[in-house]
Amino acid sequence: MRYFYYPGCSMSSSALEYDVSTKAVLGELGAEVVEVEDWTCCGASTAETVSFLLSLVLPARNLALAERMDGDGDFLVGCSACYTNHCKVGEHVKRDPRLLDKINAALSIEHLTYTGKVRVRHLLDVLANDFGPEAIAARVKRSLSALSVAPYYGCQIVRPYGLCDDSEYPTTMDEVLAATGAEVFPYAMKVKCCGGVLMTTKKDVALRLVGGLLQAAKGADCIVTVCPLCQMNLEAYQGDVSRYMGEDLHIPVLYLPQLLGLAFDLPREKLKLERNMASPRPVLDKLA
Amino acid sequence: MTQEILDLTAPTLDRSFLVALAPDEKLRTCIQCGTCTASCASAYAMEYTPRQMWRMVQLGLKEEVLNSKTFWLCSTCYSCSVRCPRGIPLLETIGALKRMAIAERIGPYKESINFYRAFMDVVRRYGRVDELEFMTRYFLSTNIFSIIGYVPLGLAMLMHGKVTIKGGLRMAPRLVGISGAGRLDALFRKVEELEAEQ
Repeated sequence: MRYFYYPGCSMSSSALEYDVSTKAVLGELGAEVVEVEDWTCCGASTAETVSFLLSLVLPARNLALAERMDGDGDFLVGCSACYTNHCKVGEHVKRDPRLLDKINAALSIEHLTYTGKVRVRHLLDVLANDFGPEAIAARVKRSLSALSVAPYYGCQIVRPYGLCDDSEYPTTMDEVLAATGAEVFPYAMKVKCCGGVLMTTKKDVALRLVGGLLQAAKGADCIVTVCPLCQMNLEAYQGDVSRYMGEDLHIPVLYLPQLLGLAFDLPREKLKLERNMASPRPVLDKLA
Repeated sequence: MTQEILDLTAPTLDRSFLVALAPDEKLRTCIQCGTCTASCASAYAMEYTPRQMWRMVQLGLKEEVLNSKTFWLCSTCYSCSVRCPRGIPLLETIGALKRMAIAERIGPYKESINFYRAFMDVVRRYGRVDELEFMTRYFLSTNIFSIIGYVPLGLAMLMHGKVTIKGGLRMAPRLVGISGAGRLDALFRKVEELEAEQ
């Protein structure tokens, strides 16, 4: 299977470990991953505060670049915010076809055309549906049965479009995790918000939201995420959150492909666990 | 909590507020059920809950809404939008509120406005976002002392290789403006032109 891969800004810098482990796991599963040439930022949740049209043109530019590439393939995204933004273009054009002309009028300045022929897919969707739990189980060299893992989906992978799972009670990641032999921790907060950008603009509010997420994961060995912003909010502020909530809430947080990489016994340099800000040591000790 | 009394006979009511925000006028069909508020992760920190704010928009209380922090506390989790029994695109309307507040320079919540502005400046200039540069621009534009609270995080990120000293040095000349035309200038300008035509 072939994918036009859009890493996005975070996965090219602070979340490089997500990028590297994603490519390693997909490679192990036999996928062909080709990076979209000359991609630019999707606008995050920010472009629409400047201009609605710009919030569609920025992701449409990347999709147009993928349409221009050789061969067939889906547009693969690892970051949930990038995923929603790229899905948003097609959804809005469906609702109001006149937008297509406007988007293309803007893109003409870069000699690009967007038609909507490339399908946007999230990494989790690809793992669960293109490969599936059986193919994943077949690659497991080291069972994760010693671990209880809390699957954190976050918001934008299931909302607003919910293209690959239920928006209230998703289960695809649970199935992928179960394929590694891990026990799936019953995680009531799996689709509750981590606060997103509020961690920077309104820190107190975000600390409380993350506090709730970490409290509900107590008893699990680690939390698993599929978005760089969720990962950052869950792992980088655990000291602040613990003080704010008045209890110790430290817990390892891994990206899904990092955990799959442990199960596939991939080389450590392909998982880059040393970059995780909440120490993954307890997880590694349990697997030793 | 004391209930604020809003004067619905005031001459400042702006009846065009709702249409300006939500041209499809679906917002008029809001039945005040409160599902949005019950679904909102940050409603507890708002002075008007989402349900109250939507009623205020219907009534034309533009000044009160734009000067509130309610919509700046939205973390774009989309829970209200997917659960609204009327199918009102609430989050898109929040986006329109943010655009209006920024365009009209209303609202005491400078940190949010500066955050969004710094982010889009970096996108326009480089096409991609260098998180270190963006955060530095943001802190410089807000309250330079607020950066102190993030120093431990910055050091931890440095330790884990998430930001680099080299990146910091590379960024310095750009912050003082020694760097050519922006990577996405032409595209941003074209979008501005197209929006002005409407």
